[in-house]
Amino acid sequence: MHRRAFTGSLLSLIVAAPAMAQSGSAPTIPEEALIQPVVLADILKKGNPPPLLQVGFSVMYTEAHIPGSIYAGPTGTEAGIEKLKIAVQGFDKAKPVVIYCGCCPWVRCPNVAGAYKTLTGLGFTQIQVLYIADNFGADWADKGYPVAHG
Amino acid sequence: MADRFAALLLLFAFVLPVSVSPAQAASAPAPVMVGSPAPPFTRPGLDGKPVALKSYRGKVVLVDFWASWCPPCIIEIPQLIGLQKKHAGQLQVIGVSMDDDAASARDVAGRFPFNYPLLMGDAKFGHLYGGILGLPSAFLIGRDGRIVKILRGELKPGELDRAIQSALSS
Repeated sequence: MHRRAFTGSLLSLIVAAPAMAQSGSAPTIPEEALIQPVVLADILKKGNPPPLLQVGFSVMYTEAHIPGSIYAGPTGTEAGIEKLKIAVQGFDKAKPVVIYCGCCPWVRCPNVAGAYKTLTGLGFTQIQVLYIADNFGADWADKGYPVAHG
Repeated sequence: MADRFAALLLLFAFVLPVSVSPAQAASAPAPVMVGSPAPPFTRPGLDGKPVALKSYRGKVVLVDFWASWCPPCIIEIPQLIGLQKKHAGQLQVIGVSMDDDAASARDVAGRFPFNYPLLMGDAKFGHLYGGILGLPSAFLIGRDGRIVKILRGELKPGELDRAIQSALSS
């Protein structure tokens, strides 16, 4: 029974591995690049926020996203990376840009690391990554921060 | 006068809707809570057969929202297959993929010996269940069709087993 459970878990990890491997892991993002939800919510409240990019999955974006954010993902895939590159064309690379996902727990997120790496490679110098510990629901919507649907 | 009315009608019919962004047009989902009736649904499964929640009335049902890109969801699949097998006849697991495309869900479907139906979800389906704003998420539904537990995030060891046992014995 234990062997069967172990085999099942191993199989699951093998199946899940591509999603984790494509973009690296969120914890590799430098701590100084992270922005906490409460800080971003305060910036939004004051108005005139930096450009916001949701780099996760379109179903999740349609369900709920930060008002004013642009969909540019999923950056765990090559197609999503290309979408992100197109989305940031014309952005001032010396000015802040915020990226976020929130599909799953931070340590499991398949998207934010790829987005961060891509923007760094494009020459962006003030990338801020919204730190979502568990998911967009628990760490943003449930806290009462602004959400748009559609 | 009639021309002016017609022009106004055209304005309302075509111009104004375009100025409303999808984000503004869509509304927040109604909350789904423990104790409330599980929102009914009927959707085609990945195998083409319809999956209707109401057809499982009398059984304990676990509606599991997952996606191919969600590592903890994938890791939990063998556990769900095991629970479906263990409680066959009393429990029905239904997997709802929140993938952006069916191909990704089918790819996972081909890698595991699924013994429960899989169907495609979307934002509308997520809204039906109060908003699925993170995965994994699961709703355990009692024999009476009411939600008995909502599980959000990675399962803790034994958490789902205990919840199912409790639902089966009540």
